[in-house]
Amino acid sequence: MAQNTEPQPDPARANAQPAPAPSDDIWTKCPTCKEIAFRKEVERNLNVCPKCGHHFRLTVSQRLAITVDRGSWREMFSELAIGDPLKFVDSRPYTKRMAQARETSGRNDAVVVGAAAIEDRPLALAIMDFEFMGGSMGVVVGEKIARLFDFAARRGLPVVVFVASGGARMQEGALSLMQMAKTSAAIARLRDARLPYISVMCDPTTGGVAASFAMLGDLNIAEPGALIGFAGRRVSKQTVNQELPEDFQRAEFLLAHGMLDAIVPRHQMRFTLSRLLTMLARRHPRRIRK
Amino acid sequence: MPPAGKHNPGGHLRSHPAAKGAPAESPNQGLSAIERVRLARNPMRPQTLDYVDALFSEFFELHGDRRFGDDGAIVAGLGYFGKHPVAIVGHQRGKTTPERIKRNFGSARPEGYRKAARLFDLANRFNLPVITFVDTQGADPGLGAEERGQNEAIAHNLELMSRLEVPVICCVIGEGGSGGALAIGVGNVVLMQENACYSVITPEGCAAILWREATEENVAIAASAMKLSAPDLLELGVIDEIIAEPPGGAHTAPAEAAHNLGVAIARHLERLKTLGPAQLRRDRERKFAAMGNAFLQRQGVENTRSIG
Ligand SMILES: [Zn+2]
Repeated sequence: MAQNTEPQPDPARANAQPAPAPSDDIWTKCPTCKEIAFRKEVERNLNVCPKCGHHFRLTVSQRLAITVDRGSWREMFSELAIGDPLKFVDSRPYTKRMAQARETSGRNDAVVVGAAAIEDRPLALAIMDFEFMGGSMGVVVGEKIARLFDFAARRGLPVVVFVASGGARMQEGALSLMQMAKTSAAIARLRDARLPYISVMCDPTTGGVAASFAMLGDLNIAEPGALIGFAGRRVSKQTVNQELPEDFQRAEFLLAHGMLDAIVPRHQMRFTLSRLLTMLARRHPRRIRK
Repeated sequence: MPPAGKHNPGGHLRSHPAAKGAPAESPNQGLSAIERVRLARNPMRPQTLDYVDALFSEFFELHGDRRFGDDGAIVAGLGYFGKHPVAIVGHQRGKTTPERIKRNFGSARPEGYRKAARLFDLANRFNLPVITFVDTQGADPGLGAEERGQNEAIAHNLELMSRLEVPVICCVIGEGGSGGALAIGVGNVVLMQENACYSVITPEGCAAILWREATEENVAIAASAMKLSAPDLLELGVIDEIIAEPPGGAHTAPAEAAHNLGVAIARHLERLKTLGPAQLRRDRERKFAAMGNAFLQRQGVENTRSIG
């Protein structure tokens, strides 16, 4: 359930690391087709490889910028932060890891939630930050996601979550695990209020996050090529003792097995969300229990 | 540590004097985390079917998920607890090699969780309390499980259990391994045997990732760091009550272990039966909504701006 919560090397960065030259930021190499392209050109293309369509991971700011209406984003609950409930120390104390992640990101934890609009349609939105400890879910992520769903249920808003997470955060132990139940219960309340929830699974969506709120969308959508799975590929391979299909745990594999409604390329995401939210908008709003 | 009850707004759960954990005299108290893990995994330790035998009468097993198959790793059925008809769901690891294979070593596949879901739904419609027994290293991680939607099966149960309008009592009797455990573990009351463990990942998995290598030493250190023992989890607010085991573990005197568990189930069931359907759901929702919140702080940060 807890997957490797350390950020996997971002393909773009991994390429840049070995070369200390100033060309670091100018070029980027696609991990799929191995083509080298101007970074600026890739960025202009929404961080999608112009040659093969490989979707690079996005930062929270990049995702916001290409998703919501200009000036509509209002972040909520950003002040929530976790202490060190387990007093957890592995090679480094959890407090040190967190201090560094906070310093680097300017955020308290691995998700931002808030209110926004897409094509003038208001919604509640969450975007997970894979760069923050692998997007892992501890108490703060669980609590912010749950609060967002409850906020949406009160305000009669649809919810969109961009998922990017390695799973539950080991350093918060069983408390992380319990966030799976916390978030799923909040989704139950939104469903009872007959408000739509669209889960957009980005690379990667695994472990305890995949096995809770990520898979509970009224609509489950993924970006092309996104890794989506329960267990790590290594674990699965050991267990089944056989070669795994090449697209194992990729969005295309999940679509073929009936776990996704659609795979939507990044260029079409904003428009697609807008269309779907319009079609699912309530014609007969009803109040729900507080 | 936060004051007891702070992370449990449905605080009446804790107000029971007996809900404070194992007797102070318990001979199991000095055990290290890894020693408890070994006891929790002891092949002779009583499993779900042993408790079904000991605590319920007229057990009638129900099979299949009506979608794909029948998963031996999850046992489900109806029976009487005292005079109450109840629905029973639990992991079964198996004891002999053939039984372990039949039970997939207690690692449930999606069809196992969907069988459980069918029982939860049945219980909800016919107003039967649900009693679950958690005992798994984790859900099956194989190719077939991924193909059939292990993530969806677990997630579905989490949502379904949160909305049940009947009493749900969960008993962690062995290893509570991650999402595969929680998928039948969302209860109004979560009881945990003294030497059981409950964690987000196995100590081996945790050691392999955070300590780079799952050596025996690293696994022991990880087990301790993860706070997976019953006393630690009671303090964290993850469980509600510790059920005492006989000296040396539940397998040394299974009847005594079952008796202790049965007494606690009876006490909680009596209390939960006084709550109405909506109250039962709200009670469970509040309990899980509060998980970990005692450790939240407020820390100023600059909000993310929309660059668009
Ligand atoms: Zn490419």
